Amino acid sequence: MSTTDSVAWPGTRIGARPLAERLHGWVTTVDHKRLGILYVFYGFTFLLIGGVEAAVMRIQLIRPHNDFVSPQIFNQMFTMHGTTMIFFVVMPIVFGFANYLIPLMIGARDMAFPRVNAFSFWLTAFSGMFLYYSFVGGYGLYGLGTAPDVGWFAYAPLTAKTFSPGHSTDFWTLALLVSGFGSIGTAVNIIATVLSMRCPGMTLGKMPLLVWLNLVMAALVILAIGPLTAAQLMLLVDRYLGGHFFDTQAGGSAVMWMHFFWVFGHPEVYVLVLPAFGVASEVIPVFSRKAIFGYPIMVAATIAIGFISVSVWAHHMFTVGMSAGGNLFFVLSTMAIAVPTGIKIFNWLATMWGGKIHFKAPMLFCVAFLFQFLIAGLTGVMLGSAPFDWHLGNSYFVIAHFHYVIVGAILFAVFAGIYYWFPKVTGKMYGERLAKLHFWLFFIGFHLTFDFMHVPGLLGMPRRIYTYEPGRGWDAWNFVVTVGVFFQAAGILAFAVNLIRSSLRGRPAGSDPWDAWTLEWSTASPPPEYNYASIPVVKSRRPLWDLKHPEDPDWKYE
Amino acid sequence: MISIGAALGQATRPALSPTDIFAPVSTPAESIFDLSLLVLAVAGFIFIIVSGLLTYSILKFRKRSNDDGREPAQVYGSSQVELAWTITPVIIVLVLFLATARVIFSVQGAPHPKNALQVTVVGHQFWWEYRYPGLQVVTANELHVPVGEPTFLDLLSADTDHSFWVPRLAGKTDLIPNHPNKMWIEPRQTGVFLGQCAQYCGTQHAKMLLRVYVESRPDFDRWVRQQAVAAQADDPPSEGRRLFEHTACINCHTVQGTAANGRFGPDLTHLMSRETLGSGIAQNTPENLRRWIRRPDDLKPGSLMPPMGLTDQQLDAVTTYLTSLR
Amino acid sequence: MFGLIAAESAVFVIFVVAYLFYVGKSASGPTPAVLHAPIFFSVCLLSSSWTIHRAVTALKRAEVGSFVRWWLATIVLGGLFLAGTGLEWRHLIVDEGLTIRTNLFGTTYYSLVGLHAFHVTVGLIALATVSLFALFGHVKPEHAARVDVVSLYWHFVDVVWVVVFSVVYVVGR
Repeated sequence: MSTTDSVAWPGTRIGARPLAERLHGWVTTVDHKRLGILYVFYGFTFLLIGGVEAAVMRIQLIRPHNDFVSPQIFNQMFTMHGTTMIFFVVMPIVFGFANYLIPLMIGARDMAFPRVNAFSFWLTAFSGMFLYYSFVGGYGLYGLGTAPDVGWFAYAPLTAKTFSPGHSTDFWTLALLVSGFGSIGTAVNIIATVLSMRCPGMTLGKMPLLVWLNLVMAALVILAIGPLTAAQLMLLVDRYLGGHFFDTQAGGSAVMWMHFFWVFGHPEVYVLVLPAFGVASEVIPVFSRKAIFGYPIMVAATIAIGFISVSVWAHHMFTVGMSAGGNLFFVLSTMAIAVPTGIKIFNWLATMWGGKIHFKAPMLFCVAFLFQFLIAGLTGVMLGSAPFDWHLGNSYFVIAHFHYVIVGAILFAVFAGIYYWFPKVTGKMYGERLAKLHFWLFFIGFHLTFDFMHVPGLLGMPRRIYTYEPGRGWDAWNFVVTVGVFFQAAGILAFAVNLIRSSLRGRPAGSDPWDAWTLEWSTASPPPEYNYASIPVVKSRRPLWDLKHPEDPDWKYE
Repeated sequence: MISIGAALGQATRPALSPTDIFAPVSTPAESIFDLSLLVLAVAGFIFIIVSGLLTYSILKFRKRSNDDGREPAQVYGSSQVELAWTITPVIIVLVLFLATARVIFSVQGAPHPKNALQVTVVGHQFWWEYRYPGLQVVTANELHVPVGEPTFLDLLSADTDHSFWVPRLAGKTDLIPNHPNKMWIEPRQTGVFLGQCAQYCGTQHAKMLLRVYVESRPDFDRWVRQQAVAAQADDPPSEGRRLFEHTACINCHTVQGTAANGRFGPDLTHLMSRETLGSGIAQNTPENLRRWIRRPDDLKPGSLMPPMGLTDQQLDAVTTYLTSLR
Repeated sequence: MFGLIAAESAVFVIFVVAYLFYVGKSASGPTPAVLHAPIFFSVCLLSSSWTIHRAVTALKRAEVGSFVRWWLATIVLGGLFLAGTGLEWRHLIVDEGLTIRTNLFGTTYYSLVGLHAFHVTVGLIALATVSLFALFGHVKPEHAARVDVVSLYWHFVDVVWVVVFSVVYVVGR
């Protein structure tokens, strides 16, 4: 993507370098842009695989007492689907965006630690492969191997050697242990880069919001992955050294696993969502032609969310039998986090208010993001009311809620980001009509599936069941939910076709196709390997606005 | 709002399904229902306002085709507006929190009358054990309770995590090994109420169904008397009973009054008093019973009862014996 | 390095929490009463923080020879600490019959102390690597900042030992 042979010296070859050499370049790269692209490709590949796992489950659940797959396979499907989507789809995509964009947005030439960057990527890549090897290990491919089947949060004591004698749990544990190290490496890299490599004039209060959101995300990764690592080490001690951390027969505590897991698990979902907020905070202003409303409050709200998110974890455990006081504390913290989150929604709304909204693909996805994230947040508040959660928890209502966040908010924001920065990364414009087709197909499919999924939860359908009884009123809803899957698949197909076609034959985009305002749009598309010929100097949050509007620059108002 | 909900709840709402959480027939479920109305109303209100504003903004502020290409006025923020939309959510959160706190304390801190019915529920992979300590009753999979009185459940587990969820009677509470939990129900209507295990516990989590029989006091007392009686001892023992007692059956199952006292599987003393088999997955008929004994995996693949490898004749004999256990 | 330290601290916090939660809950088997606080070896480890500090200061003042001596002293002290842990564990396993699988105390004790010992080992390997470079003359005063970062990790390991020591040998008994 970035090196050229445009200078021809006598006796040298003109033209593209041989394939082997180019592949070698990609495999050994430490360039943040290439690693970013590798991460995103990796994530999208696993999105397809995770999507197949979801489709298998939905086909099995399309009617009661279906026998599309056995219970054993279904249980592997939901475990692998969850684990894949969180650790090998959204996290790589999030890290990919961060890697690609942060140095460009702060006027730097690379991340602080390029080799650690590459190491982290390959750790993550390896651990994903390792996890999927589980399908062929053990009993072999037709028995679907010994893939994990304990649920993505692997509650004890189901994971003890007594109840999970094979290696399914171990694949889960080891894959995530290794990818956790990769995540920490990337997080440390992000923090070091943002704190020490901003270009002259760019104080912390002048960085793009995307950089802020990724900074807080990285801090959360550092705090949250440790507990998961610790819990997994303890699980390994139990399973292989005869330890008793979670061995209930010896006085160990299954609830302790839940605490440790969710101390990781809840901040983890904020790790996933904050970068999505970052994308929205960059796309919405540009396509509304207005500066983001309330930048300082947005930063404060982000930090508040980061802090509060480490105190809400036991809202995943309201049914576990905590004391009334314990439950009450987590109700309060969970509802409290709705306040800064709501503030962010209002600020995005205020950014659009009074603007001139251009409905290109990135903005379509962001508008849908706003509606959907609003709904997701509201169902989250419902779940935060503990007695209500005594019904809704562990039911399809929860599944609908968190897919509303992860697909409806995060994935939609990711699509917005892909379309927005595609011209920068490839130098070519994507096809707008195909992108809009992608949007509408996926939007319809998303709502068919996840709107109606709330209802079986309200009618008593628990999660993680490979089949259900007729006569409980769940049949029709499950049918509609499954139909939505096909629309989503069609949308993703349109997306893939668009990206492939456009990167081969799209029209040249130029350095700034959107008339945007942050630094990355000042360099070529795609950027040269060194990003900037000379390190920029900035005076405001929108350096390119200042250049384009010298009569009315931002720094007069900030 | 709460009293309307209470009134709605008291008059039994038509249930959209046997497991509809909005059709409570028991006090804790009704408390949750009342709270849920408030929460839903608040959420609905917020949704209408914010999505209304969103819809308005994308319609009013979209770029028109006759756009002059100039940038709109750049507004960087407003402290008053930010204050307004911070304070309002804080107040809403406070209201919801207080309403929630009331229900938490009323359900978790409910008074426990001394003579209230007490049942110990033990979760197993993949069936439910019920023991009535004061009444010498041990049964499985079908819980009988009297109407109009509170029943307190002690929740234990013999293996992994489970969760007791009968939506029309109460919110769910988990059964966690080495972590006893308590819950209570107070049904005000007779009938059979359905539910199922709500915490993934292994292969057959999906078929660990719940059936709660709420009966009038006289009916309940009659059931208790019948359950407390040991199995009739027939002399000489039938072919089926001999087979049962000389093969591995007694390692897992109990039949009161005989040599069988295994605890791994359900108590079979009054097997024929139950309407269903396999924790609710099949009608309790001799045909189904025979199918189950022949190969449990045919009805519940992955259940922990192994096929006993009996011949047809042996199967007939054992089935006959078991159908005598009323 | 601070980022890495923060992440590792989170891991240690969880092990400490587990240890404290399970204090007194073992159904049978040896209890913390069988522990003898390893004062001497702890002093070794904590002094090694001082020696490594002296080493880094020496390098900043371009006294490479002094740096090498203090650095090696650190390694010796760290090695002594590990040896002490080994001796303690041998005594516990052979004489008291306490292993990681004996009971809750055994599991949490060996895991927590073992996790720390593992970090000490990794630290010693890092220190040894630097020594190797130093002995071949590749460590120069301009590398003081990098060496300082390595010493940060070593200080972290020592601070963790203060915490672990307090939890296991003081509070837990």
